[in-house]
Amino acid sequence: MNPVNYLYLAALLFTIGATGVLIRRNAIIVFMSIELMLNAANLTLVAFSRMHGNLDGQIMAFFVMVVAAAEVVVGLAIIVMLYRSRHSASVDDASLMKL
Amino acid sequence: MDSLIGLLVAAPLLGAAVLLCGGRRLDRTGHWLGTALAATSFVIGAVLFFDMLGREGEDRALHQHLFSWVPVQGFQADVAFQLDQLSMTFVLLITGVGSLIHLYSIGYMEHDERRRRFFGYLNLFLAAMLLLVLADNYLLLYVGWEGVGLASFLLIGFWQHKPSAATAAKKAFIVNRVGDMGLSIAIFLMFTTFGTFAFGPVLENADRAGEGTLTAIGLMLLLAACGKSAQVPLQSWLGDAMEGPTPVSALIHAATMVTAGVYLITRSGAIFDAAPTAQTVVVTVGAVTLLFGAIVGCAKDDIKKALAGSTMSQIGYMVLAAGLGPIGYAFAIMHLVTHGFFKAGLFLGAGSVMHGMNDEVDMRKYGGLRRYMPVTFVTFGLGYLAIIGFPGLSGFFSKDLIIEAAFSAGGVQGWVLGGATLLGAGLTAYYMTRVMILTFFGEPRWKNRPAPSPASPDVEPSAQESGEHAEPHPHESPRSMTIPMIVLAFGSVFAGGLFNWGEAFVHWLEPVTSFEHPHPPIPIPVITAATVTMMLLGVGVAWAQYARRPVPVVAPRGSLLTRSARRDLLQDDFNHAVFVSGGQHLTRSLVYLDHTVVDGAVNGTAAAFGGLSGRMRKLQNGFARSYAVSMFGGAAVLVAATLLMRAV
Repeated sequence: MNPVNYLYLAALLFTIGATGVLIRRNAIIVFMSIELMLNAANLTLVAFSRMHGNLDGQIMAFFVMVVAAAEVVVGLAIIVMLYRSRHSASVDDASLMKL
Repeated sequence: MDSLIGLLVAAPLLGAAVLLCGGRRLDRTGHWLGTALAATSFVIGAVLFFDMLGREGEDRALHQHLFSWVPVQGFQADVAFQLDQLSMTFVLLITGVGSLIHLYSIGYMEHDERRRRFFGYLNLFLAAMLLLVLADNYLLLYVGWEGVGLASFLLIGFWQHKPSAATAAKKAFIVNRVGDMGLSIAIFLMFTTFGTFAFGPVLENADRAGEGTLTAIGLMLLLAACGKSAQVPLQSWLGDAMEGPTPVSALIHAATMVTAGVYLITRSGAIFDAAPTAQTVVVTVGAVTLLFGAIVGCAKDDIKKALAGSTMSQIGYMVLAAGLGPIGYAFAIMHLVTHGFFKAGLFLGAGSVMHGMNDEVDMRKYGGLRRYMPVTFVTFGLGYLAIIGFPGLSGFFSKDLIIEAAFSAGGVQGWVLGGATLLGAGLTAYYMTRVMILTFFGEPRWKNRPAPSPASPDVEPSAQESGEHAEPHPHESPRSMTIPMIVLAFGSVFAGGLFNWGEAFVHWLEPVTSFEHPHPPIPIPVITAATVTMMLLGVGVAWAQYARRPVPVVAPRGSLLTRSARRDLLQDDFNHAVFVSGGQHLTRSLVYLDHTVVDGAVNGTAAAFGGLSGRMRKLQNGFARSYAVSMFGGAAVLVAATLLMRAV
């Protein structure tokens, strides 16, 4: 199978993730969209690794997954605390600015 | 002897300091102290005069260097005095007439509770005026020049509770300021041209500077002279200055301060001699003022204002003579001295009349006073004969010489100036005869007043309209007032003849002012005859108008010329229309400009930044998604830019 198709898939996933971050309000969904974007990037790394015939990209993808796991822990903790203080998981309710 | 010069100024200055700082303790004796110090100054002046007579012409000038005022490299301002024949003449006039008027004021101001302060101001004036004529450089002269301006302001406004007096004082001060600006610019020009402002170097090197510069300096000096000496176009303050006490009018606004302009022009003669254009302007100003003042004097019913018009006119004669160059300087100063005598005498006479008439100044309410005030009548009459140029009296000699010099100016100019001075002589005779007849002859016009009500013996004399104040009881003034008048009358009678004895005065001044004999195009006896004819004509017309039929107590409406002359030939209206209204419009438009353009730019900048930051603030809204849009936008732009750079 042509490895370029994986890049198309990655671009599609990144676009879906970016759109989710920009238009959804629920912090959980936004968080999931961010994960989607991360994994789109991972997919590109792996695809390029395959295309170039070395393993650098795949190793980089493992690092990204480890960091993403750590980030998920911190991010979910923040979301839980936000929900506790505001009784809402909407990202817009987090704004305290006067306009 | 040199060290005495400083004492001349110091004596009255000490008097001013003591009287003005001494407080009420000196109320009883202050006037005698002031008079004594003025007399001291006169005695010192007389000693110096006789000492000067003992030396020969060129060696007569004395110098005294007191101290360096501003000793800076390239700018040496010294406090130094110079006493030459010209200064000596002024010193004797100022201290002599000044002492007499101090004496007169003792009686005149007797009922004024601020008499001590009055004498303090008078002494201050004497000190400043002596400084003016004794200075050996223009900067120190300027100090004196401002000093007399200050004293004049204080004395015109001495009765400052009267709004008219306060306004008149301000007016005199402001109009003089215009002239003072001219003097300061002239001094700046002198310094840039000659590098110094001492009389000696400036006047000796005058002909080395360019004619354009000298003309500029000359015109600025003339502006200064116009302000101080009430010459057209800065003449408007003198009439109002009569609001001051009469001794002030006699000393400052007739005999001494107003002649400072003539002194300035004569002292700077070398500059004017080298700038013919400036000289032409000087004689024009003199001729115009001569007729202007005379016409105003003809129409005024206020005795002091009529005399003020006359002063203006006589100073016009002096300025004209001074503008003629070496043929006229000595005559200008001679007329100045004789005028100092007879005009001071006339003013003191007017003050004496007012003193006896409850401070009434309207001549139409006088009449027939010669029986009640014989001494005033005789001294005033002698001053009158002197000013109209009655043959043999002071004014005849000095004015006749100026008329001869005017005819000698040459060409058309000579005829025009000669004609103007002759016409002026006729007008002088007319208005002075008018004053004389209205005051001392005819029926008493102060008797047929409404009967005085018993409750109002102390009513202010300004309450004329109510017609309620007591009928005046004309009486002769006390001796302290009549003695100065008698002395001045002697001066009015004999000074001219004495000065003209073998041209004594001209030869006395010649080392300072230089002198050339005038050569009029027509014989001198013809000019003299014409002058006397004009004088008799003026007297005759006035006699026909005012002595042959009764004078109405209320002034008739009069012709257009009369009405405008009563309003000082519309000088105030002109000044108001051009300078006051013009200035107000200018300031208003400047304020408008400030509000719209300057403030507009400043406020506009502030508003623009405020509005912009208000909009920028909206970007920082706290919504995470909005920040995310910015990030994506920025990243997209970066990627697009990178791709674009690759493609190129």
